[in-house]
Amino acid sequence: MKLKLKIWRQKNCKEKGKFVQYAVDNVDPEMSMLECLDVLNESLIERDEEPVAFEHDCREGICGSCGFMINGVAHGPERATTVCQLTMRHFKDGDELAIEPWRSVAFPLVKDLVVDRSAFDHIIEAGGYISVSTGNAQDGNTLLIGKDIADKAMDAAACIGCGACVAACPNASAALFTGAKIAHLGALPQGKPERDRRALSMVSQMNMEAFGNCTNIGECTGVCPKEIPLEAIATMNRDYLLASCKKREDIATDISPVIELTAKG
Amino acid sequence: MSATISVAEAHSRKNRAVTFWQSTNGKKVVMAVTGAMMFLFVIGHLLGNLQVFEGPEKINAYGHFLHSIGEVLWIVRGTLIMAILLHIAATVQLAIRNKKARPIGYSRKEAINSSYASRTMYWSGPIVLAFIIFHLLQFTAGYVHPEARFVEGDVYHNLVSGFQVWWVSLWYIFAITLLGFHLRHGIWSMFQSVGIAHPRHTQTLKHAALLIATLIVLGYISIPISILLGLVK
Repeated sequence: MKLKLKIWRQKNCKEKGKFVQYAVDNVDPEMSMLECLDVLNESLIERDEEPVAFEHDCREGICGSCGFMINGVAHGPERATTVCQLTMRHFKDGDELAIEPWRSVAFPLVKDLVVDRSAFDHIIEAGGYISVSTGNAQDGNTLLIGKDIADKAMDAAACIGCGACVAACPNASAALFTGAKIAHLGALPQGKPERDRRALSMVSQMNMEAFGNCTNIGECTGVCPKEIPLEAIATMNRDYLLASCKKREDIATDISPVIELTAKG
Repeated sequence: MSATISVAEAHSRKNRAVTFWQSTNGKKVVMAVTGAMMFLFVIGHLLGNLQVFEGPEKINAYGHFLHSIGEVLWIVRGTLIMAILLHIAATVQLAIRNKKARPIGYSRKEAINSSYASRTMYWSGPIVLAFIIFHLLQFTAGYVHPEARFVEGDVYHNLVSGFQVWWVSLWYIFAITLLGFHLRHGIWSMFQSVGIAHPRHTQTLKHAALLIATLIVLGYISIPISILLGLVK
């Protein structure tokens, strides 16, 4: 099948970017979206042109490296699918696909479709540790966790940090990501001791990065390849609210936000 | 970059209420609580207004009763004005931040998982505010009362003569419909903002929000429609 790809090309964050049209004539319907870009890149290299830069790693939909907008939807038209798992049979012969990077000031553009998602790492870092005792493994089944609680934690833990939630949010908010990270540890007994501190510092880091705020509209969960529920955001809000009331001292984090780092150079 | 709270600012030890207000999550909690207060007013006001169908004596007596409680009325009004101001202050600050969070927009963006009401809160809110100001000038203060004389204390007369003007009614119906849209998202969103969500109950809550918003709209617009049709005169 033949496709017209309208791809955002931008050398780096300082230069201006623009859309460039490419015709790809030999698209196999069983290819993934990334393989389609591989094919395009090979032809670009043969023509001595700069290949399209995009991030990828596992190509199994579990690492969270890949992701871009296809026709205005993060990760493209299929639900619960990353672009590496999106097969070309979902498009029709002759379709035009507008491909552009995640757009958020907190995710500075690196090149073409690659953005810097360090802001997410900062939020994880702010979350800190959970207390795990070393020594012999304890006996099995001494720590009983209800199936519903385990499921809730697992649903949140499925987050791969791809950034589609930020990309799809009209406010470029990182609430779903932060909520997932707070919910998956907070739901389990192992994460309980640091629950309040974790909520306070992760939320504070999220607000320090240049993300927008959550208006509860739900676009994030619609594009999430792991279908993280909106409930994760409510969990974050509740944990933050309770921790704010309970806290005895201010918790300061020392992580400078991405946007200030890039401003310095 | 002014889009973010500076590190130094975040690190300085502050009053916890200030810290809470400075976080986007804290502002959303304030919006939820103030929204809930305004929602309760909307319900109470509707129940009061529907007395118009019981005739002039009933609603005029209700109006006199409200004015007779004096101080209490002003406490309620003051609380509502505070709620409105906080709701708007939080919205404006968050909206400015959101605008800065995505300076370069998408060439194309599809909404795949959100309600029309939720995406248009920035429009429905200010229009409803403009309506409330007009509404207070017309029916509470009596400064703007087109094509009829405003009679202090004669609630029934003011109401009927006011809504007999077609564009007043039309503007009222339009604004109340937008209020319905605002509530359709707001009623369930306030629970989410304070951290109450459940995979099953939230779905019920969303349906309930739509139902309550629809009932509120129907309840309010039944008054100008009845007056325009001559059922109430």
